[in-house]
Amino acid sequence: MKKLEVFDPAMCCSTGVCGVEVDPALAQFAADLKWVQDNGVTVERHNLGQEPQAFADNSTVVKEMEAGMDRLPVLLVDGHIISTGLYPSRQQLAQKLGIALTTAVKPRIKISSDCCSPKSGCC
Amino acid sequence: MALPNTSTPYLFFTGKGGVGKTSLSCATGLALADAGKQVLIVSTDPASNLDAVLGVGLGQTPTAIPGAPGLFALNIDPEAAAHAYRERMVAPYRGILPAAAIQSMEEQFSGACTVEIAAFDEFSKLLGDPAATVGFDQVIFDTAPTGHTLRLLTLPTAWDQFIASATGGASCLGPLAGLEKQKDLYAAAVKRLAHPAETTVILVSRPEGSAFREAERTRGELAELGIQNLQLAINGVFTTDRQDDPIAVAMAHRATAALAQMPATLVDLPSTTIPFLPKGAVGLDALRQMADTELTPVPETNSCLPKTALPPGLAALIEDLVKPGHGVIMAMGKGGVGKTTVAAAVAVVLAQRGYKVTLSTTDPAAHVAATLNGSVTGLTVTRIDPAWEVAQYQQEVLKKAGNSLDAGGRAMLEEDLRSPCTEEIAVFRAFARTVDAGKDGFVVLDTAPTGHTILLLDAAEAYHREVMRTQGDMPEAVRELLPRLRDPNFTRVLVVTLPEATPVQEAERLQDDLGRAGIAPFAWVINQSLLASGSRDPVLCQRGGYEAPFIERVQKNLATRCALIPWLEEIPVGPAGLANVVR
Repeated sequence: MKKLEVFDPAMCCSTGVCGVEVDPALAQFAADLKWVQDNGVTVERHNLGQEPQAFADNSTVVKEMEAGMDRLPVLLVDGHIISTGLYPSRQQLAQKLGIALTTAVKPRIKISSDCCSPKSGCC
Repeated sequence: MALPNTSTPYLFFTGKGGVGKTSLSCATGLALADAGKQVLIVSTDPASNLDAVLGVGLGQTPTAIPGAPGLFALNIDPEAAAHAYRERMVAPYRGILPAAAIQSMEEQFSGACTVEIAAFDEFSKLLGDPAATVGFDQVIFDTAPTGHTLRLLTLPTAWDQFIASATGGASCLGPLAGLEKQKDLYAAAVKRLAHPAETTVILVSRPEGSAFREAERTRGELAELGIQNLQLAINGVFTTDRQDDPIAVAMAHRATAALAQMPATLVDLPSTTIPFLPKGAVGLDALRQMADTELTPVPETNSCLPKTALPPGLAALIEDLVKPGHGVIMAMGKGGVGKTTVAAAVAVVLAQRGYKVTLSTTDPAAHVAATLNGSVTGLTVTRIDPAWEVAQYQQEVLKKAGNSLDAGGRAMLEEDLRSPCTEEIAVFRAFARTVDAGKDGFVVLDTAPTGHTILLLDAAEAYHREVMRTQGDMPEAVRELLPRLRDPNFTRVLVVTLPEATPVQEAERLQDDLGRAGIAPFAWVINQSLLASGSRDPVLCQRGGYEAPFIERVQKNLATRCALIPWLEEIPVGPAGLANVVR
């Protein structure tokens, strides 16, 4: 069974509602993780503010953070980095994890705030 | 004795700010200690004045009170507790995680909720763990002003329910994740609070309508939390036989009228009445006097003229306030000092001068609507209602983000929206919105009690940092909030206080706090001065005499501008009554 680990930046909650303004990408990602889990992948999610030990225990993640805090979130599949600095879409997750997308779970393209701001028009 | 008598191991004093919770809890503790009990007094007020009342410096561990064998006290400073908590969480990772990671963790722990939660954590240690207070027969909690008290008291249930239902695991426990392990402690605290043989809650009130309304509201909320062992303490009841002094007659009459109109649910509670004391209640001697039913007669005096030059009336400030033609005016200060009256009076006068004025309150008790019992052209009265704001925010978030989610995602989002931070955020957005209206006219805010206000500004700061970091579509009103609050040409803060030891000290602390946030008060307003009332009643004169050094201190050392409002014969209600305040 595959294992997906998500190392989030320090934030109050995983859906981002405790921030200034809710970030739909975060809420979507939380839902996508649940979907990934339902497809038989083990998912572990760590928040820097709450579980610093998980970060300290993982040299790959520490190395990324040393390169810059904007590398978070870091996503690992079985210990290998699949993405840094953004929350991948459901489609991207499916691809990396080898989950078949059915029409019933038609993916929504979500672009993380790191790639563009909502006002830039790229979304 | 004239003090609440109870044998439960835990006592809570709660009530509107300024009703005398600290004095009463100290006097009660002292009386119990004098009767041979081992007593611990605990303050959880972020702006505690327990040190001043007991006349000794206190810390976070029980300190013996000199001159009172068996009496101990401690002060829980939520700020310090939050700092200690932050250190506990972050320190082990210094040198292990990169410096930038440490910094971002620290930021996460500097929000308003961390302070609240850390305070609560300390509080439940005392209440939930019998070993923490071993050796004491009774523990007395001198709780913070009402809004804060209620949150503190409602938190155990909120968190108990929250923790029990947080099946998602990685959800929004936020900075609280580290505290989740203490679930048993919290459960014990909740149980203690609701157990009538363990806990007595004493609702403290002045003989005033607004204070009784607040006490009744608290009673209802506590009853909802299953806390039924309640008593009522009516503090400072003034009586007089004389008919020749209009102020004394008005004061006695007002107390009688308020007592007659006391809500029936309060009348049914076991109650004690503490008479109006001419000397105040700072120091052990004064506290012991509160327990005496016999009052020392006060000798007649011929004159009651102020020995100090009194500041001008509120009218003197209006000219300066009106000058910019728009902006935000905030009446700040501890609950019970008359912020509502001052804010409403200023708002009415500005409106009468033809300006567009919005009067708004964040005070959970919302006395503004009650005080401004009529309408003035150009004046709008609004209220920031936390419950309503939260509901709005939840709706907005679900509408914005919920539609793209499947059932599971939606459930998670809804769960996060049940977290305590949601209220902070929601209320803060409303505050920002109100301040924004000061662009076009005047906005007069009657803010919540000191502790709450400080937290609000803290939230503002955290919010501000958050804004700088994210690129989200922030409402402009929010982005501009803190710079606006700091702009003396846009925001003018009136620090409201009473000419008494504790209120002046608390106002001074508030001014310091504002200073740290980069805000300098525009003026101080000293409210309800008996000295300036013109009364010749010996008891009131003696009390008035105690005001002089405090008025002088405000004028000379604390305020750049200062105004004074006398104790008024007529209750300042409605446009006409409020106009009386501005003289």
